[in-house]
Amino acid sequence: MFERLSDGFASVFRKLSGKGSISEGNVRDAMTDVRSALLDADVHVDVVEAFTQRVLEDAVGREVTKSLKPGEEMIGIVHDRLVELLGGDPAQSPEEALAPAPDGGIMQVSPGPTIVMMCGLQGSGKTTTCGKLAAHLKKRGRSVMLCAADLQRPAAVEQLHTVAEQVQRDSPGGAQVHFYGEPDKSAAYGKAVGVAVQVCQRALAEARKKGVDTLILDTAGRLHINAELMGELAQVNSALRPHQVFLVVDAMTGQDAVNFAKAFHEQIEVDGIILTKFDSDTRGGAAISVKHVTGAPIRFVGVGEKMEALEEFHAQRMAGRILGMGDVVSLVEKAREQVSDEEAAAIEAKMAKGEMSMDDFLAQLRTLRRMGPLKQLLGLLPGVGSALKDVHIDDKHLDRVEAIVHSMTPQERRRPGELNNSRRRRIATGSGAKQEEVGQLAKQFDVVSKMAKQMAGMNAAAKVKAVKEMGSSGMGSMFPGVQNLPGLSGKGSSHMVSLKSKFKKRKK
Amino acid sequence: MALFKSAMSKIKQGLAKTRDVLFMDVRDLVPFFARKLDDELINELETRLLKADVGTLATKRLIDGIRADYKSGKMTRGEEVLVYLKRELKAMWPEQDRSLHIAPPGSGPTVILVTGVNGAGKTTSIAKLCAMLRSQDKKVLLAACDTFRAGAVRQLEIWADRLGVEVIKGQQGGDPAAVAFDACKAAIARAADVLIIDTAGRLHTQDPLMRQLGKIRTVVAKQIEGAPHETLLVLDATSGQNALRQAEEFSKAAPITGVFLAKLDGTAKGGIVVAIRAATSIPVKFVGVGETPDDIEPFDPDQFVDAMFAT
Repeated sequence: MFERLSDGFASVFRKLSGKGSISEGNVRDAMTDVRSALLDADVHVDVVEAFTQRVLEDAVGREVTKSLKPGEEMIGIVHDRLVELLGGDPAQSPEEALAPAPDGGIMQVSPGPTIVMMCGLQGSGKTTTCGKLAAHLKKRGRSVMLCAADLQRPAAVEQLHTVAEQVQRDSPGGAQVHFYGEPDKSAAYGKAVGVAVQVCQRALAEARKKGVDTLILDTAGRLHINAELMGELAQVNSALRPHQVFLVVDAMTGQDAVNFAKAFHEQIEVDGIILTKFDSDTRGGAAISVKHVTGAPIRFVGVGEKMEALEEFHAQRMAGRILGMGDVVSLVEKAREQVSDEEAAAIEAKMAKGEMSMDDFLAQLRTLRRMGPLKQLLGLLPGVGSALKDVHIDDKHLDRVEAIVHSMTPQERRRPGELNNSRRRRIATGSGAKQEEVGQLAKQFDVVSKMAKQMAGMNAAAKVKAVKEMGSSGMGSMFPGVQNLPGLSGKGSSHMVSLKSKFKKRKK
Repeated sequence: MALFKSAMSKIKQGLAKTRDVLFMDVRDLVPFFARKLDDELINELETRLLKADVGTLATKRLIDGIRADYKSGKMTRGEEVLVYLKRELKAMWPEQDRSLHIAPPGSGPTVILVTGVNGAGKTTSIAKLCAMLRSQDKKVLLAACDTFRAGAVRQLEIWADRLGVEVIKGQQGGDPAAVAFDACKAAIARAADVLIIDTAGRLHTQDPLMRQLGKIRTVVAKQIEGAPHETLLVLDATSGQNALRQAEEFSKAAPITGVFLAKLDGTAKGGIVVAIRAATSIPVKFVGVGETPDDIEPFDPDQFVDAMFAT
C-alpha cells in the first residue's frame, strides 16, 4: 500500500520534472491512490472525500516540487493531516508524542470513586478491556471495582468475575481489584432490561463503602438501533452520572463505525474511545471515522490477549499504520522499554571499537525477542509490513542461533572468526546444529561486526543505507528464518529516513 | 435436502417480524433506482457499495461492469442496475454453494467446526445452528473447545440448557484438541447426527493459535471420516476490509467452507462478503439477524442486495 502511494506520487512528480508548483490537475491522479488507501483502511467514504479535498487544497500552490523528493513531501502532507484528524500534533517528535498522559489516560475525581462506564456493540471487547483498565490502574496504585452490568449475554457476569480475580492475582501493582456482580439477575437477551441500573447503584454504594478509587461499569453489548437497550444505557448514565464514558470499538470495524458511534454519542455523550483487537493486521481506519463523528479523543488501544496488553493511543503511530508506512514510533517505544540509553551507548561504543562479541550479540538477540515476535517487529518497519504478508518467519530459528552461541566457550564467543574445524564440530554436536550452520553464523557475525565498526562513524541516513545493503548481503541471512527479506532492500524504507530527519529538524 | 428446505421456510415465516426491520420492501428502493441511469447515479452507486464495505476492488469490478453497459447503451434505467447487481451476486453464490454439507448417510456424525476472531459471535451463532438443526429433529452434540476465555464454556452450557442439547467440555485452560477428540468419541458413541465444535476466538495474526486450530481440525479429521464436513468462519457484519485477511489466514489453518455472517440486524450491510467471494471461493451460508436462537436465515443474495441499498 505504502509502496503504491509512494510510486504514485513519484511518477506524478517525475512528469513535472521540477518545474512549477503543484496544481490540482497533476496531483489529482495521485490522490486517487490516497483515496483507495484510506478506503482499504476502512475510513468512512464521506470522511475520505472531505479529507482528500482538504489535502488537495493544502498541496496546491505549495512549492513542493522544489524539494528533492516532492513525492515524499506529499506523503508527508497526507500523514500530517491524518495525524491532525486523529487528534494529534504532527509537529511532535516521537519522544514527545510518546510521553505518557499524566493522569494515565483516566481522569480521577476527588472524593472518589471515579465512575467509568464502558459501552459498545456486542463482541467489541468491553469485558476484556475492563480487565485491562483495572490492570492499568492497579499498576498506578489505584484501587478498582469492576461492576458486571451485562445481564444479557450468558455468563458475562462470570467472565468479568474471573477477569477481576485474574487481575487481582496476576497483574503488577499493590492496589486492590474488587468485583461486584449479581449473577442471579441475568436472563435471556432482552428479558432483564433496566435491571442493570439498580445493580450499578448497589455497586456504587459498595464502592463507596470500600473506599475504592475507580468504579468501572461493564455494560451489555447492544445494537445502537435497539431502542429499549439504548434506553437502559441512558438510564444507567443518568442514574450514575459516570465521570467518563468510553465507547469500545473493534479496530477491524468497517464503514458502519460512523453509524453506531453517532448513535451512542447522541444517546450518551462519549468522552473517549478505546480501540480493541489492534494486534490484528487491520489498518484501523475506523478510528478516524469514530473520532470524526464523536469528536471524542481516542484514549487506549488493546493489543493482545494479556491483561497488560493496553497502550495509550498515539495519533502519529495510527496515521503511519493507516498509510501502511510502518510504525517507527512503536518500534522506538518497544526498544526503549527493553534497553536503557546507557546500555545502548555501551553497545555502540563496543561496536565502534570492533569489540562486539557473540555474548553482546546474544544479549541483543534476547532483547529483540523480548520486544515480541520477529515478524511483528519487522512489520513495524516502513515498507516491510506488506512485504511480510506471505513470508513465514519462525522464531524457532532464533532458538538455534542461541543454542549455537551457548555451545561456545567464552573465548570463542569473543573471537568467533578463529574457529577451526574441530571447534566447529564440537559446537555443532553441542548445539544439535550442522557444522556448516556454525561456520555460517561465525562468518556472518564477522561481516556484521566489521560493518558495525564502519557504521559507527556515520550519520543516521548513511546508517540506514548501510543496513539496507546489509539486508541483501549478510545481516538478513544471519537469521535463517528471514532470508531475502524483500522490504529491507526495497525502496519503501527510505521514508523512515525522511521521517526521522523531519522529526530532528522540528526538534531544533 | 428437501426436509432441510421445508424447515428453513418455517424458520423464515417465524422471522417475518425481523425481516420487516432487516430487509426493506423493494418499493422503498424505488426512489434511488427509479431514476435515469447516468454518471451521477453510477457515482452514487459506487459510494453506496463502498459504504456497505464491499471494498475498493470488488466495487470497481461491479461499477466497471455497469459503466460498460451504460456506455454501450445496454442499460438505461436505474432499476436495471438493481437487476444487474442481483444477477452478478447470484452468480457469485450459486444455490448449491449455500447449503450445509452433510455427512453421507451411515458414515457417522456430521461435524461442523466453528471459527472466527474474538467477539465475532461464534457462540451465539452456534446456538442458532443448533436450534435450526433441532427443528429438523437432528440429534446435536456441542463441543466446548474454547478453553481460553473466561466464561466461554459456561456461556455455551447456558445455551445448551436452553436448547436441550448436551455439551462435551474439558478443563479451563486445557488442550482444546483433547476436548475435540473426546467430543468426536462421544458423538459416535451417542449416535449424534451433528457435532458442532465451538473454538476460542483468535486473531488470524497469532501464529500459535492458528496452529492450534489446525491441530483441532486434524484431530477431528482422524476420528471421523470426512470431518469436519463444514468449517464455518463467523464474521461480524460490521467487519471492514480486514475480514478478507481473516478469511485467507483461517483458510490456511483450517480450510473454510462457508461464512456465517453474524449481527446483520444492525445498520451494517456486511458487504465484505462480496469482497471475500471475489477474492476467494468461500460462500456465505447463513446470516444471523438477532439475539434469539431462531434468528438465523439461509443466505439469500437477492435480499442481501436489497438490504444493501435500504437506508
